[in-house]
This record gives sequence, structure tokens and C-alpha cells, in this order.
Amino acid sequence: MSGAGPSRKTEWLVTLPSFVWLLVFFAIPALIVLAFTFHGHTANGGVGEWSLSTWRELVDPDYPTIVWKTIRVSFEVTAWCILLALPCAYAIARLPKRWRALVAGAIMLPFWTSFVVRVFAWKTMLHPAGWLQTCYHAYLHFKYWLIACLPGVSVPAAAPGAGNDCLIGMAGCAIDAAKTTILDSEIAVVLVSVYSFLPFAIMPIYTAAEKFDFSLLEAARDLGAKNFYAFRKIFIPGIWQGIVSAVLMVFIPAIGSYVIPQMLGGTDCILIGNKIFMRAMQNRNIPHASALATLMAVSVFVPMGIAMWWRKRQAARDRRRLEVRTAQLMTAGGVS
Amino acid sequence: MKDDFLVFDHVTKRFGALTAVDDVSLSIKKGEFFSLLGPSGCGKTTLLRMLGGFERPDSGRIYLEGKDITDLPPNQRRVHTVFQNYALFPTMTIWDNIAFSLKIAKLPKGEIEERVDAILDMIQMSEHAWKYPNQLSGGQKQRVAIARALVDRPQVLLLDEPLAALDLKLRQHMLIELDTIHDQVGITFIYVTHDQGEAMSLSDRIAVLNHGKVEQLDGPAKIYEAPASRFVASFIGDTNFFSGTIESISGDYCTIQCEGFPAIRAYNDKNLAVGQRVDLSVRPEKIRVTLNPPPPEKGADINVFPSTVQDIVYQGVYTKYWIKADSMRVSAIKPHSRFLLDQETITWNDSAFVWWHPDDGYMVEVK
Repeated sequence: MSGAGPSRKTEWLVTLPSFVWLLVFFAIPALIVLAFTFHGHTANGGVGEWSLSTWRELVDPDYPTIVWKTIRVSFEVTAWCILLALPCAYAIARLPKRWRALVAGAIMLPFWTSFVVRVFAWKTMLHPAGWLQTCYHAYLHFKYWLIACLPGVSVPAAAPGAGNDCLIGMAGCAIDAAKTTILDSEIAVVLVSVYSFLPFAIMPIYTAAEKFDFSLLEAARDLGAKNFYAFRKIFIPGIWQGIVSAVLMVFIPAIGSYVIPQMLGGTDCILIGNKIFMRAMQNRNIPHASALATLMAVSVFVPMGIAMWWRKRQAARDRRRLEVRTAQLMTAGGVS
Repeated sequence: MKDDFLVFDHVTKRFGALTAVDDVSLSIKKGEFFSLLGPSGCGKTTLLRMLGGFERPDSGRIYLEGKDITDLPPNQRRVHTVFQNYALFPTMTIWDNIAFSLKIAKLPKGEIEERVDAILDMIQMSEHAWKYPNQLSGGQKQRVAIARALVDRPQVLLLDEPLAALDLKLRQHMLIELDTIHDQVGITFIYVTHDQGEAMSLSDRIAVLNHGKVEQLDGPAKIYEAPASRFVASFIGDTNFFSGTIESISGDYCTIQCEGFPAIRAYNDKNLAVGQRVDLSVRPEKIRVTLNPPPPEKGADINVFPSTVQDIVYQGVYTKYWIKADSMRVSAIKPHSRFLLDQETITWNDSAFVWWHPDDGYMVEVK
């Protein structure tokens, strides 16, 4: 114990600044937010007396739907980001060294432009008259024209008018449908969130992949593994820590996201971030906004805590099983 | 030739301007312990990687049991590699590392367990089965890497400088262990190394490589005693070279007139004619150093030269002498017959005699 004393002390000293920082700028504000939820609000937008009225007001049937939608959208965004980031990070890590820094820099390049401006740019692209939608229309026109040109395309006899009018009509319908889709929908929110958060997923995975020993993949193939099997069984577990940080780096901002649904979600996609923004900035009801934020945090952290506890229990169980197995193996070896 | 077990047929591999492997033809027998020996950059690792399927030759074919395997990917040849850095999977236990190839082959669970347990027993690592690679020592990792490559009984096992990362004592121990494993499994081993000692002590046959070409392919003793070229003679062990012209021939022996050295008598095993230029190699351990001239019963045609001792390097097992004879610096080694006694007799700047029997010189290169 006496030997542990001084090293413990220095450890404390080193940790102290970050501890104080977290305390002052994270823990205390979080507690203040929590305290606000146990206050009422004043008509002018101030924080009122101690009361449970705010929590009582929270029994709005819309909230569970919105919380659930926020979690679902965040999961979707995270899944897409990881799925896209894995091959990207793998490819960058396999580049020659001087190219790696260049490409990694290029991935960070969009951050030099304001986030809001970039999201706004998507708004013009996804607009019914924007070029993405225009291209999509052109594609649909081309596709139906091609079908109409194909020999042996039978036009239903019952169709009014002759020849290809029916197909052109179908094309028209499809194009009308396409016009109302992307902008102001959940798809737009997911798409642009993936675009915005992708660098946050690529960077930690790339950092892990850069340290990964690629000769292990060669060893796996040498032992009979196909490329994808080696990727799945050796590469993914090898960079697991990077994937975990990537998930956190994407999921946490996605949960709190409000600019993207605000600008691109229309009436199809309102997330909890928007509600918090409305309550705080428009209704000027700070306690209510705080309660929503607390609710969101609880609905994320409680399942996460349970999952972590479960994994720990599983790991302990695995370890015990392995110990038993080793003992068996040893006695078997002793007999032979 | 294609009927042999493993055949390299005129294989060439270039990397840009560099020809790593230059028109190599080799054939390896089943069950053989075969070594590829050479300095770094001689093409030995490239040969091995082509055999593993990691590189494709620019020209030439590779046959395994009569089947052309040149274009097969690594996962479709039953050729496994023990990598220099072991390449054990760090996220898997030792047991899972070894079971890897068996799981891919989709063997029944019971058989996988049986085989992994058996090979763990063979390498005496049963008690470490559930550890992770980073918990093992270098020698243990090495054994696991070998077991992992052997467990699904490949046709050929490739070993890429497997002992390079181990310290001397462990290396000597693993040499014996490798030999034992080879005897137990009876699989063809192909061993790449730049260490002549490892190659000599393990191999049935050795291919000495230099600049992408095979300089000599022979058993260890033949390579040491009868090197095919000046390069082989100097790469395998130490040697002294004497360059000169054949001056006269009498029976099986000839006299070589050297530059900066008196005439040397040597056994003319290559039946050379007067006037031909040769390089004669004489190993240090064949050369005697004495303060007195050799006794007359050693024969009249023995090579004897007066000389001066320049350097003495005591190395425990033997002492190495650097001796100036005429304008040549000759190295000779002398084991100690009696503790510290004979060592004291010769010292720096002594006038001594170097001498060797004409049969102990070997003509390596004829020009």
C-alpha cells in the first residue's frame, strides 16, 4: 500500500484538471437542467417555483411517438454511417502512407464550410426543381420511353387512346410521385444526417484500421479464408474499439439533431431536438424543454446501461466457461 | 519434372526494374525439409510468397503434385505459412487461432475439438489454450503459429524466417523442436532463412539464392565442403580466397601461382589445364597456425607459409587468428585442446607458420 501512495497522488494530480472541467462544464449544467424540470415556468419565460407541474405536463401522447422516432432515425443514421465508413476506412488505411493523410484531410474538408450552409445546399438539391430531382425525372422518362420502344410490349387493349400513351401516362404518374418524395421527408433527414455525420464515423474507424496489422488478413487467407470471411472474422474484431467510438460519435449527435429535421424534415419528420428547441425558444418554457432533454437522455442511457451490464455478465460467464474447459483439457492431457 | 512433388518451372518475378526471382527452376520432394537460403533481397521470400499464392509470377509455372497451382488464390491451396511475425489473431484465444482453418473447412465440431486438443498436446501448450496471443512469450507464439498452420494437414508448410524474432538460446531450442515436429507430421517443410546455421542444421537440401538465381542446390555438407561458386563459399561460413593461375600439374594435384602470395598446391578435382585462372577457397578451420614449421611426417607437398600474427579473437569454443602471410590476410581458427594452455603460445606479432594440406583447398570458380 505504501508503494501505491505516491503514484496514486500523481495520478490524481494529472486527472484533476479534466475532472474539474467535466464537473464545471458538464456535470453541474446537467444537474441544473435536471433541477429545472422540478420547477414550473412563468408567463414571461422565466423559471418558476419548485413544483411537479412540468413533469405532469409531459404526459403528451405525442412525446412517446417522437422519442421513438428519434431513436429509430438515429439508429438508421448510425447503421448507414458505420456501413459506409467501414469500407472507406479500410480503403484509406490500405493506401500508401503519403496518400492516407491527404485523403483523411479531404474527408475533413467539408467542416471548413458552415454546417447550416451545407444542409441548406441539400435543400436546393432535393427541391422538386433541384438537380437531383431533375436527374431522377430524366431517368424515369428515359426508362419508360425505353420500355415503350421495346418490341413486344403489350399495351392493354382497354387503355384509352392508342399505342404508347398508356406507358407515358404511367411515367407521368411515377414522376408526379417522385416529385413529392425526397424533400420534407424522413428519407431526406436520414440522407443528410448520414452525409453530415459520416466523417465522424470514418475517422475513429480509420484510426483503428491504420493500427491494424494487415498481414493478419493474409494469414487468414493463407489458412483458407475467403476475403469477406477474413474481413468479418479478423478485420472487424481487430478494429472493434474504433467501431464502438464511431457508433457513439454518430449516435449521440444524431439523437440531439435538430437543424437537419428542421430544414429538411417538413411535416414528416419532427425529432425530439425540434421539440426541445420549440419549447425553449418559441414557447419560452425552459423547464419543459429541460424535462424533454432529461427524458431523452434517460431513454438512451438506461437501455445502454442495461446492455453494458449484460455484456459484462456474459464476459464473466465466458471466462468461467473457459476456465472449466482448460481444466478439462489439462486432465485429458494428463491421462493420455 | 512435373511429376515431382513440388516444382518451380522457369519462374520469374519482377518488381518494377528489379528482378526478384530470375528464371528459377526447382523441384522439391515429398516430405523433404527444404531450405531457401540467401542474403536479404535474394528473392527467397518472393519465391515463398508465390508458393503461398500472395504473388503471381510474371512467367513460369508452379506445380504441386502435378497440378498447376500458379493462379490459385491463397485460400484454395493446401499450403500454409508460418509468418515471421507469427500473425496470430490477437482477438482470438490460442484455441480459436488453431481451430481457424478447421472451422473454415466446416469440419464437425467433435473432430475440430479432437484435432485442436491433440495438436495443443503435441506442442505442449494445453494449459495455455484459452489465453490470448499477447499473453504468450515469443517461443510459445512460434509454436502456436506452427500448430495453426499444421492442424488441417496441409500439403506443404512454408516457414518464413520463423526464428528471426527469437533470442539465441530459444532459437537453438526451437531448431530441435522444429526438427521433431517435422519428423512427427511428415509434411514437406520449406524453410526460408538468411541464417546458414539454421539451414544447415535442419535441411535435407538447401537452395542457395543470390540475385534471384539459384547458385547451388545440394545437401548441407556438400554446400559447405564443395561450394559451387565464390558467393556460396563466402556466404556459407567463413573462408579465405586465393586467386591465381594454374602453373603446373603433377598427377591429381596442381600448383597455383597467386597474386601477392607464394605458389599454392591444391587438389585438381576439376581437371583444369595449365594457364586457367581459379579462385581457391580454404576454410579457416582447415588452416593450422604454429610457431614451429609442421613436422615432416605431414608430407612434403603440404602448403607452408611463414607469417606474422596480426589479430587474435578469443571466442570461447575456439580462437580466431588473423595472420599476415606475404600480402594476404589469412584467417584461421583453432579449437582449444587444453584450457588456456595452447592459447598462450601464440600472441600478437609472433612469427608463425600457416599450413594446410593440398586436399583442404577447394577450387570454387574457374575463369
